[in-house]
Amino acid sequence: MTLSSSFDINPELDSWLRFHSDGQITVFTGKVELGQKLITAFSVIAAEELDVDPGRITVKTADTMYSPDEGYTAGSNSMESSGLALRQASAKARQELLRMAADKLGEPLKSLSVTDGEISSTSSGKSVTFWELMGGRRFNIIISDEVLPKTPDQYRLIGNKVPDIGFEGLVTGTTSFVHDLELPGMLHVRVIRPPGYHAQLKELNEVDVRKMAGVIEVVRDGRFLAVVCKREEQAVWAAKRIAMQAVWDESQVINTENIYVQLKKNTRQSLPVIGGAAEYSAVPPFNPPENSDKTISATFQRPYQMHGSIGPSAAMALYDDQGLKVWTHSQGVHPLCLALADVLELEKDRIHVVHMPGAGCYGHNGADDAAMDAALAARSVPGKPVLLKWERVDEHSWEPYGSAMQVELKANLDEKGKVLYWNHETYSDTHLNRPSAHGENSRLLAAWHLQYPKSAPQVKPIPGPHTGIHRNADPIYDFVERRVIKHLVRDLPLRVSTLRSLGAYANVFAIESFIDELAHACCRNALEFRMDHLSDDRARAVLEAAVTKAKTGPDSKEEGHGRGFAVARYKNAKCYAAVVIDLFVDDFGAIQLERAVIAADAGQVIDPEGLRSQLEGGLLQSASWTLKEEVLFDESGIVSQDWESYPIMTFSEIPEVETILIDRPDCPPLGAGEATQGPTAAAISNAVFDAVGLRIRRIPFTPERVRDAATKA
Amino acid sequence: MAKISINVNGQEHQLDVDERTPLIYVLRNDLGLKGTKLGCGLEQCGACKVLVDGKAEFSCNTPVSVFENRTVTTIEGIGTPDKLHPIQQAFVKEKAAQCGYCIPGIIMAIKALLDVNPEPDRETVCEALSDNLCRCGTHPQILKAAMRAAKEMCK
Ligand code: FES
Ligand code: FES
Repeated sequence: MTLSSSFDINPELDSWLRFHSDGQITVFTGKVELGQKLITAFSVIAAEELDVDPGRITVKTADTMYSPDEGYTAGSNSMESSGLALRQASAKARQELLRMAADKLGEPLKSLSVTDGEISSTSSGKSVTFWELMGGRRFNIIISDEVLPKTPDQYRLIGNKVPDIGFEGLVTGTTSFVHDLELPGMLHVRVIRPPGYHAQLKELNEVDVRKMAGVIEVVRDGRFLAVVCKREEQAVWAAKRIAMQAVWDESQVINTENIYVQLKKNTRQSLPVIGGAAEYSAVPPFNPPENSDKTISATFQRPYQMHGSIGPSAAMALYDDQGLKVWTHSQGVHPLCLALADVLELEKDRIHVVHMPGAGCYGHNGADDAAMDAALAARSVPGKPVLLKWERVDEHSWEPYGSAMQVELKANLDEKGKVLYWNHETYSDTHLNRPSAHGENSRLLAAWHLQYPKSAPQVKPIPGPHTGIHRNADPIYDFVERRVIKHLVRDLPLRVSTLRSLGAYANVFAIESFIDELAHACCRNALEFRMDHLSDDRARAVLEAAVTKAKTGPDSKEEGHGRGFAVARYKNAKCYAAVVIDLFVDDFGAIQLERAVIAADAGQVIDPEGLRSQLEGGLLQSASWTLKEEVLFDESGIVSQDWESYPIMTFSEIPEVETILIDRPDCPPLGAGEATQGPTAAAISNAVFDAVGLRIRRIPFTPERVRDAATKA
Repeated sequence: MAKISINVNGQEHQLDVDERTPLIYVLRNDLGLKGTKLGCGLEQCGACKVLVDGKAEFSCNTPVSVFENRTVTTIEGIGTPDKLHPIQQAFVKEKAAQCGYCIPGIIMAIKALLDVNPEPDRETVCEALSDNLCRCGTHPQILKAAMRAAKEMCK
């Protein structure tokens, strides 16, 4: 087994595991818990390899002082990179411990076995525990050579029902989120943002506000405004007062021209995508075969959509002679540390960034910006810890959204319905705007608002496989010829970054809707049509499993009811997922989801229930995006400012969900948190077509859009 | 400032706070009951739900003075990690939490429902949760947990 790439920067065994004399083990990961049950999975992996009870293991997530730098927790790759590293580190530790025990007991290695951290000799019965051997000591070795983790047939824990780590805390409200931190003398902060992206502060009379009860400091730096108060509600009230009193110059407005027009006409940089990877080379000409029987084309659109965490972005910060300490729910504490250092002009060694749980973020939301805001506020009251929370309107109006996208597809088919030429072009802003070291520039929101602002760095199209815009743009089907192009479009109106599954959501929505359209145009069954073009056995298996399972349910042929399905493999390299949706379209065009079936192959199954909840969570979030969500804005700012103006799916709108997991004990485990996003959108669109014969190619499928499509049909 | 007296989780508290302070800040910051979560502050998401005289209500926007002479129960008042309430137990069994931020508010809403309707159907549970949002898509597990809790509690 090749060593995890995480060891390239963190090769010391001690940076991954520590054995304490009280029988407890701490394992470190540079990843953060985002509700994807990483901690459970990591405890199980370490416990499995070490042969100890999972209850002995504490997983310590990202902290710039202690944990390995593993960059961001993103792209569903935590299991592959950090999970693999932890497995190998644990196996290495076990191997070392056995060697130490053999020395100490004077017994041959072969006679030793491990039960819950106790190493005993089968021949002499002599034993010694991990903690006796290690208690507080370090290994001081580098992981450089081959390690041999267990093979699947040796597993005791993995794939079985795993312990309910952390659930008691969550269901009793005792788990501490960053919002719940409290230090002696702590002050509360709220920010006051400009009314729109481009508004400039003309005037602010601070006198009144400073007289309000509990106000300690009004922070004003350019158009960055915050208020520091003794009590939280005082900060809320003072922030409201400041918002009322500030006078803004709003002459520069947001460009409200139709976003899909902007996506086509703005300056762009285009790269060909070859074998899933974008390359810096010339875009090949559009060159379909002349002898094709059918030419079909369609355009698919996805608006700006938001992360919409249920908890607002928040951070705690303390500025004193030691430097700056920040508690954050950022997905990347190390890159955030560098980004803060740039803006605050502090040595990075003087900044200590600690990860704390936040509400689910689903990508790069306001977490890092809130950390920046808190740091600025803390700087104004040295020695005092400050806890900052965004208000709902800050969250909805200022988070970096998922990019609006347009996907244009064209296919040429022969008379038998074989796809001869497939052309895929995706137009989008970037999906990768996470903060890191950017020197003169910065991606942190407040940095743009300071008196001496740093501007956002110009983004470049990122080459490589499935990075952002072109994630899953390369179809998994065996078409004779394909041409896939990504267009990074510039000067678009809204702030964007990473949202769960990035470009894959729109690309798969387009591909899997379009392939249904092709099947229909050829009068073919959509399943058979796909299978004819699909040689990947694992993809075929999930599709088959989902469709078969769906057939066991009620198959309503009543008017308005329909069924649709779709399949994809995330990044063409990770988890396979097929989704079947049954739904009902009423006379007013409202779509009610009735039932959903997922079949997924995430390689080896470590934590079946954790996997299920991620796949189902992904499906429901995607269904919400697809049916309801679009960030609205006008010239002066964001109109979607709360849950009424940006509704998401509620309990009564969710379908029954069933999930089938295809376990592949011999394949590496794969992250699954983003696998159902794309297929769900397409399955819904295909089901709507099945139900009422309308192709809706523009997300969200609101009743108006459905009615609109009906009148045009 | 006038003294405010409120009853939370069976205990009387006399507090020196501005009477306009929304209840949630008193619960979290004065009484240290951080299980009640601040989500929107706009009565739109349900993260902040507590029981007021047995009914699920938002705590994020209503002034603390409104709660004088009424009894307030927070998530801490129904169970602890060592002594889980059957609803909490059901949530653990069904692993009904991803990030978990929405969960305390949802458990309080379910508690209010089961107290008056011990055997609800799925639709009734959804109705009771109509103003609780979950962004992680934990809905299926939450609904299963609610049904399981109802069953266990009827035994
Ligand atoms: S925080 Fe009270 S309803 Fe959202
Ligand atoms: S579990 Fe994350 S919001 Fe519900």
